[in-house]
Amino acid sequence: MNNPNKKRLRRTMMFLNCQKPGLIKDPYIYQPDSIMLDLEDAVAEKEKDAARYSLYHALQEIDYRGVEKVVRINGLDTGLWREDIRCAVAGGCDSIRLPKTETPKDVEMVEQAIDSAEQEFGIPKGKILIIAALESAKGVLNAGAICSSSERLFGIALSGGDYTKDLQTTLSGTGVELMGARQHMIIAARAAGVQCFDTVHTNLDDMEGFRREVQIIHDMGFDGKSIINPRQIPIVHEIYTPKPKEIIFAEKVVREIDEKKAQGIGVFTVDGKMIDIAFYDGAKRTLALAKASGVYDGEL
Amino acid sequence: MINAVGREIPDEILKITGKEPFQGNFYKEGKIFTKAGPSIRPVMDNRHSKLLKSIREALEKCGAHDGMTVSFHHHFREGDLIVNMVMKEIHAMGLKDITICASSLGKAHDPLVPMIEDGTITNIESSGVRGKIGESISKGKLKGLAIMRSHGGRVRAITTGESKIDIAFIGSPTCDDYGNCRGIGGKADCGVLSYAIVDGNHANYCVAITDCLVPYPNLPAHISQTKIDYVVVVDEIGIPSKIATGAAKPTTDQRKLLMAQYCTDVVVNTPWFKDGFSYQTGVGGASIASTQYLAEIMRERNIKMGFGVGGLTKAMCKLLDDGMARVMLDVQDFDLDAVANLRNVNHHRITAGAYANPLNKGAFVNKLDYVVLASLEVDVHFNCNVVVGSDGMITGAQGGHPDTAQGAKCAIVICPLLQGRIPAICTDVTTVTTPGESIDVVVTDYGVAVNPARQDILEALKACGKVPLKTIEELRDIAYSIVGEPRKVEFGERVVGIIEARDGTIMDVVREAKEFKFED
Repeated sequence: MNNPNKKRLRRTMMFLNCQKPGLIKDPYIYQPDSIMLDLEDAVAEKEKDAARYSLYHALQEIDYRGVEKVVRINGLDTGLWREDIRCAVAGGCDSIRLPKTETPKDVEMVEQAIDSAEQEFGIPKGKILIIAALESAKGVLNAGAICSSSERLFGIALSGGDYTKDLQTTLSGTGVELMGARQHMIIAARAAGVQCFDTVHTNLDDMEGFRREVQIIHDMGFDGKSIINPRQIPIVHEIYTPKPKEIIFAEKVVREIDEKKAQGIGVFTVDGKMIDIAFYDGAKRTLALAKASGVYDGEL
Repeated sequence: MINAVGREIPDEILKITGKEPFQGNFYKEGKIFTKAGPSIRPVMDNRHSKLLKSIREALEKCGAHDGMTVSFHHHFREGDLIVNMVMKEIHAMGLKDITICASSLGKAHDPLVPMIEDGTITNIESSGVRGKIGESISKGKLKGLAIMRSHGGRVRAITTGESKIDIAFIGSPTCDDYGNCRGIGGKADCGVLSYAIVDGNHANYCVAITDCLVPYPNLPAHISQTKIDYVVVVDEIGIPSKIATGAAKPTTDQRKLLMAQYCTDVVVNTPWFKDGFSYQTGVGGASIASTQYLAEIMRERNIKMGFGVGGLTKAMCKLLDDGMARVMLDVQDFDLDAVANLRNVNHHRITAGAYANPLNKGAFVNKLDYVVLASLEVDVHFNCNVVVGSDGMITGAQGGHPDTAQGAKCAIVICPLLQGRIPAICTDVTTVTTPGESIDVVVTDYGVAVNPARQDILEALKACGKVPLKTIEELRDIAYSIVGEPRKVEFGERVVGIIEARDGTIMDVVREAKEFKFED
């Protein structure tokens, strides 16, 4: 099972309430990388079936123009999640987001449900991926095991609201309460070779705070961020898109390393900076990100 | 006969109205005509009093009669009380076959519907109508024709004598006993009286109606005593909260903000965006947001607006206050901030004629670089419809749309691709109200289309690489792929209204709406 979508560009993963047709009809005009069609918290308890109905038809009818379609199902502690998965898979989603993930077992349960839904609806095995949201101290502590729990798992995401509740604190706006979880999760994700996503920033009036937060998680190594409003998209994309200077430097690094390797030279300088083979993957990643972001069309 | 925008104008309508079909924007360029003038009853006797006790007395003194034309301005917008007040009196006098020549009519005037039905009102000339009057016209209740004309077109029709006003009723926030009218200082301020000035100049009788009589002389007058025959004081001329509202809150609707961003990208990446540029925009959420985005870039690049014009809002007036615009030219005020801003010495009142009359010696719209407009529908020929709903009912007004679109070097229409389930970008608009030759750029939430006639704009936008360019046909196809191609609205045979081009030719006709029946 080697699904190339596991590594796709996911700078922005935008939540959309499945209960609101106006939101799910054309979110692609704002150009997020992924949308997360929510059947869980945003949907009122008595509207769960209606939301599922909208989700299925939206997935069937709407051409989301290349934007990844993730469905957030209800938690494993509800009686809803199996039918959520059937509905999402039948509709044609790309991935399932499992909330409140605490153990590898949780992911395995979801994987089994996806397996049977794929089979039931004639979808190639392994097409549907999983992202696990960690929302508790236990979930965060188990991040390493969760990251390696399934071939389908492309990443883990922090869910800050529930997590801080579990820590018996609140979101302060400084990020201090999330520091440990963020650090632990990015390390776990990288060790397992999966992606890692930050929590939502819910204060839409505080765009400066949002920008600071995105810069921090970018610098920590996160692949992207869960978002709640299209207004947040340009800021994330701006911070995540390599700057022209970085692209030029990365190109030079890749070319020089290729060339010097052939000549048997290990260490050299580019623009006055010492470079060796350790820089190769980073430079390649910058170019790949630039290409995926539409700002680089070079050959490297 | 098929006119220049491909619309069939029935010969019978051309015969009844004596009008020509639309033949292109510049058909009347340089064609000489003689202005019409009103009849005047001089007042030389210094004992003469213009103050009358009632509207009834004014109607009697002005010789109100069957078949006359009465005129009104729409500065009081949905708060207007004048039209209903006067028409109620005319109705009570039992007069028939009245033509209303208004700069616009809105939902506030729904009470006129019974008067249309009983033959009191048989003709309507207006920028447009909304609410129940529109429905009533579309259902064929008006005996004569409704003529929809732009703000500039109205001034043209009155100055050429095509519309002859017997009595003009001019609602005035303040007035003295000799007829000096001002748009401010009273209980129901509207700021300017721009639309009424042509009525003052050309009507046979002018009656000023006020709810705030002030000591003589009420100067500087926006309409002078020399134009006014009589003054009537009433309890209330308008509902202030519906005239000039509080400034609209900045929109948080992401779709509107997205379109505003595209619109700003169009403006700042076309060649006229340089120090001294001129600009008009509307009152919608996207327009206001676009003005705010534009202001940021003007600040960054140290570019100042030469003049802004139009129906003004807080967002535009703020540019003036912040020293980012040299002058504002005002024909209408949409919010209280714009009214208050008239205190700024660089905020100038202009007449509707100076603003947009196509047949004067050059209107302000001719000097516009950019105008940002909206539209109910735009078709693949870039024709716009701002008057007739996609259900066939008359429901909007031309306003200054055709005037500014023709005048501006770059006319931008902002229009969401879908209005609910109706594609706003379509193969053919229901009714053409502004010709495609006037429209340069269409901004939607799905992308931006440039009129192929404007290769200069297309090249500039391609070069900047910031605007998601699509052809207008691509936009239509996206719209149809989402909601399907709607069936054409069915109309009856009878023509109930005409859409007049700025120059008085016929752009399109509006036929009686046919009731929709679901198929079995």
